Amino acid sequence: MIAAVNQGANSLRPGRAQIAFSGVTLDLGGKAILENISLDVKPGEFLCIIGASGCGKTTALRLAAGLYQPTSGTVAFDGKPMLAPRRDIAIVFQDYGKALLPWRTAAGNVSLALEASGVAASQRAVRIDELLKKVGLPNHAEKYPAEMSGGMQQRLQIARCLAQEPKALLMDEPFGALDAMTRQGLQDEVLSLVRASDATVVFVTHDLEEAIYLGDRVIGLLPHPGRIGIELKIDLPRPRDQLTTRENPEFLALRRELFDFIKASEA
Amino acid sequence: MIPERIKALLLPIAILAILEIWARAVHLQSDSLAPPSAIAAALVEAFQDGSMLIATRDTLISAFAGLSIGGAVGLACGIALGIFPIFDRLMEVTIEAIRPIPSIALLPIALIALGFGYRMEITIVAFACVWPILILTRAAVGGIEPRLIEVSRALRLSPADRVRKIIIPAALPRIFLAFRLAAGIALIVAVTVEIAINPIGLGAAIMTAQQALRPDLMLAYLFWIGLIGYLLNTGLMVAQRHLFGRAALVGDSA
Repeated sequence: MIAAVNQGANSLRPGRAQIAFSGVTLDLGGKAILENISLDVKPGEFLCIIGASGCGKTTALRLAAGLYQPTSGTVAFDGKPMLAPRRDIAIVFQDYGKALLPWRTAAGNVSLALEASGVAASQRAVRIDELLKKVGLPNHAEKYPAEMSGGMQQRLQIARCLAQEPKALLMDEPFGALDAMTRQGLQDEVLSLVRASDATVVFVTHDLEEAIYLGDRVIGLLPHPGRIGIELKIDLPRPRDQLTTRENPEFLALRRELFDFIKASEA
Repeated sequence: MIPERIKALLLPIAILAILEIWARAVHLQSDSLAPPSAIAAALVEAFQDGSMLIATRDTLISAFAGLSIGGAVGLACGIALGIFPIFDRLMEVTIEAIRPIPSIALLPIALIALGFGYRMEITIVAFACVWPILILTRAAVGGIEPRLIEVSRALRLSPADRVRKIIIPAALPRIFLAFRLAAGIALIVAVTVEIAINPIGLGAAIMTAQQALRPDLMLAYLFWIGLIGYLLNTGLMVAQRHLFGRAALVGDSA
């Protein structure tokens, strides 16, 4: 069945899943972290994963990135099993301060992804300028991460991920450590960047409103072991707006539903 | 800034002055001590006849060659052990058994195998330098932020690029610290080998001065060795601050 999220720019192409979990179980140190997760993410879809802390949402993202291998079941990308990370899947880590190279400038950090992809040195400067402009850091190319605010560092990490020209962008609580104003600004920027790039997004967050605001679909995980407990389609109109979308009665109803789910899952 | 430096020099100058006055007052005649003025004169004399420069050159060549060879071996092994924990476990017993051997204890074997001269001295200095660099490089590589390793995996950097672009730069501030420690060790071991047996360099020059009953010259060499060690360490510290000020700062706050 095709998810009914066709109102926005992220209209889904019918057909097979881009990221497909089938019967994925992961044990770490004899402990079941995820159990029997089956999940299809369509090309161009914006999927949000929520859940109480420790429910395995970050682990699920790492499986999708190919950083972990499942104990049983398969994770496939474009129909092929994921046995290692791929350059067309980019991952945005929550702890931007640790994911950036402190000895490289903003431009140098973006350059790392271009170097990895084998972009010729002569073409890198132009691409770096474009990418930094795209994330709103056009005048900070020569700054080091330590000289930038948290929001700027996270933009820089996003720019590095976009440099991979990803088919899928995996985001692990990317705005969790940022203040509310910065967070809302970045939510809108991510939405417009994603719309422009047509990438599939899997976005992990513990902020229920953020999940509803951004996603075409929200999946809630139950803890111990992590398994899918709820799945909601978000039919809110796009483009979304920080004020009107969040005041939409449907938004509030969804928020209520997720809130009750989290409360029940913690009980 | 400058008054502070002058303050730091006040005490040594005062001590030298007192020693000078005391030596003159008691008409010092000794095989082991000499008044500061005589030491200074011996130092100038040794520079003028060229013997000081030759001895300094010999010692520094041995120390730096040993440091380079030992440092390269220690760096390569330290990186390999830091990256591959299996390798680390395999080598652990061997390393811990060899490491405590005082480098000077290798002198008899090195002498038989290599004879007098640079090769023997360089070998012993290299042996002494391998360990601090190996141990600290291994720790530095093992202590790299795991997130950076994940980034390099996600970007599918080749193993060579991973070492060149992530691991070495991330570990470099601590590797440089190891290099600075090893440089001090290299100088100490080189002079020790020369004093013990090798007839070249500053260590041998001290022994010659001692046997010629020239305490002034002996102490002049001693002063010069101390000055070289001081300048070496200061130079490397300035370089460290200059090169890694930013990276070291970030590493500390993380």
